[in-house]
Amino acid sequence: MTSIPMEYYLVLSGFMFSVGIVGVLIRRNAIVVFMSIELMLNSANLTLVTFSSYLGNVTGQVFVFFVMTVAAAEAAVGLAIIIAIFRNKLTVDIDKINIFKW
Amino acid sequence: MNITEIIVVSLIKIVLVIVMILVAVIFLVYFERRISAWIQYRIGPNRVGWKGILQTTADVMKLLLKEDIVPSASNKTLHTLAPIIALFVAFSTYAVIPFGPDVTIFGYQVKLMVADVNIGVLYVLALTSLGVYGITFAGYSSGSKYSLLGGIRSSAQMISYEVSMGFSVAGVLLLSESLNPQKIVLAQSGWMWNAILQPIGFITFVVSAFAETNRLPFDLPEAEPELVGGYHTEYSSMKFAGFFLAEYANMIIASAMITTLYLGGWQIPYIDKLGLGVTLTTLLQVGAFFLKVIFLLFFFIWVRWSIPRFRYDQLMSLGWKVMFPLSIINIIWVACLIMIFNL
Amino acid sequence: MSLYDIIFYLFAAITILSGFIVVTSKNIVYSAFSLLFTFFGVAGIYVLLGADFIAIVQILVYVGGILILLLFGVMLTNKITNVDIRTGTIHVLPGAVAVGVLMGLLLSAMVWTEWKTQPSETPVTTTVTLGRLLITDYILIFELLGILLLIALIGAASIARREQE
Repeated sequence: MTSIPMEYYLVLSGFMFSVGIVGVLIRRNAIVVFMSIELMLNSANLTLVTFSSYLGNVTGQVFVFFVMTVAAAEAAVGLAIIIAIFRNKLTVDIDKINIFKW
Repeated sequence: MNITEIIVVSLIKIVLVIVMILVAVIFLVYFERRISAWIQYRIGPNRVGWKGILQTTADVMKLLLKEDIVPSASNKTLHTLAPIIALFVAFSTYAVIPFGPDVTIFGYQVKLMVADVNIGVLYVLALTSLGVYGITFAGYSSGSKYSLLGGIRSSAQMISYEVSMGFSVAGVLLLSESLNPQKIVLAQSGWMWNAILQPIGFITFVVSAFAETNRLPFDLPEAEPELVGGYHTEYSSMKFAGFFLAEYANMIIASAMITTLYLGGWQIPYIDKLGLGVTLTTLLQVGAFFLKVIFLLFFFIWVRWSIPRFRYDQLMSLGWKVMFPLSIINIIWVACLIMIFNL
Repeated sequence: MSLYDIIFYLFAAITILSGFIVVTSKNIVYSAFSLLFTFFGVAGIYVLLGADFIAIVQILVYVGGILILLLFGVMLTNKITNVDIRTGTIHVLPGAVAVGVLMGLLLSAMVWTEWKTQPSETPVTTTVTLGRLLITDYILIFELLGILLLIALIGAASIARREQE
């Protein structure tokens, strides 16, 4: 099918996943952490599509579809929570969101 | 055809389509002003050229020669990028719209569309959702609260109406069993136009198209009297011309999409019964496509001067409480049609 | 090097570079903007892998939905007096070391495993097969996801809504 070996795609998704983890670890803004999580979800999707394509089986893409749905639901609820927190604490720095009640 | 020929033919088609849209926009602006004047019993622009036909050219020259002002509070990169995104989206949508049947020119089989994409309808929906970025970035990067309010309003409006737009398209897809625009056109042969088979879906799609192109009565993002001009308050010169061009190009694309999905595209009912030659039939069909598009453009302008602007809450509740349920009812209606008549 | 290879490297470069900018940029709006390019790069690679439907859904859902939501989040959680929204980074060195180790493990596992592959023709379009699978074998999960989305919608609206006295 292609001249590019499957490992290249996997390495690419590995890189993306690592970049996402770096983002979650070093950034303190909740929205940037969110973006990094989206990066990690994307790299997982990329792996699934790669396997699906190289095995000639579309089932892998069905799972990508499911992952995207869950990601959309997660983004909606997550942002609602972030906005609710911002309304009460006037910050989205996740190190400052450290008490149970106020 | 080998790869070089494909590239050459595609390039020719791309250039043709872009030139066509640019010329169409220039005349559309002129006709909008003339028709508005006619509806309001005024005279309208009539000084530059014969009956004022060069008015738009003069306006473009004026915009080109003006100073390009970038507000000091703005984010320069995004401020420049926003009109480029808007233009890019407006022009690339046209790639999948078929304006005629396959023709043979100099021995080549040529498709009268830039790219025959299997999932063309989804491509259009995806690009429409990209259009929000131009407006959001424009509103955000200007560093002005009027721009920002216009930007936020417009993204909320476009996202809301995208939903009912997608659901109305689903009805079309159920009947044509394909996501390919050319096949959707072919599925509407004879009188089986989707506008007749699923009138509810047609209405919701047209209303959503008005909201997506930010035309009156839904032009809340730029409402001149309330938001000073909305997201492009801080734009001048060439960048403003970019937004202006994109808005009119979007109008043409919305008309072309409505034609393709609901009004039978380039088809003329029962033209093959007349026994005209192949060349004449093709020419008539391409002409029919452009006539339908021109009628819809006139409809856009007509509505602008007939219905007053909605308030923002009315707009949102119309989108979510009326259009969205109606588009779902349309899907059920189409499913019933398919079950009863085995279409 | 064929055209196909060049396109792959191009998209891979776009994806990785813009991913880095997402994580390292001090300005959140730049992060969001480069995330746009990451999503596009990934969509391009999906097309290369013959998954056209997933590619377009990627653009529809991620670019047209999730990223717009994130931009809304950025605009609503900052006082809009200044367009420059800056946030810092912390623990860069320990974070980088930990991730470096993890990435080494991940990549070595990916490269050294003997993956089972099956040479197959790229299908012209996956839409039909995908649709069939979704409403036959995976119908239960499909419907559950619909319910999940409904719950998320109601939940998000009730959380973000202002308390009314």
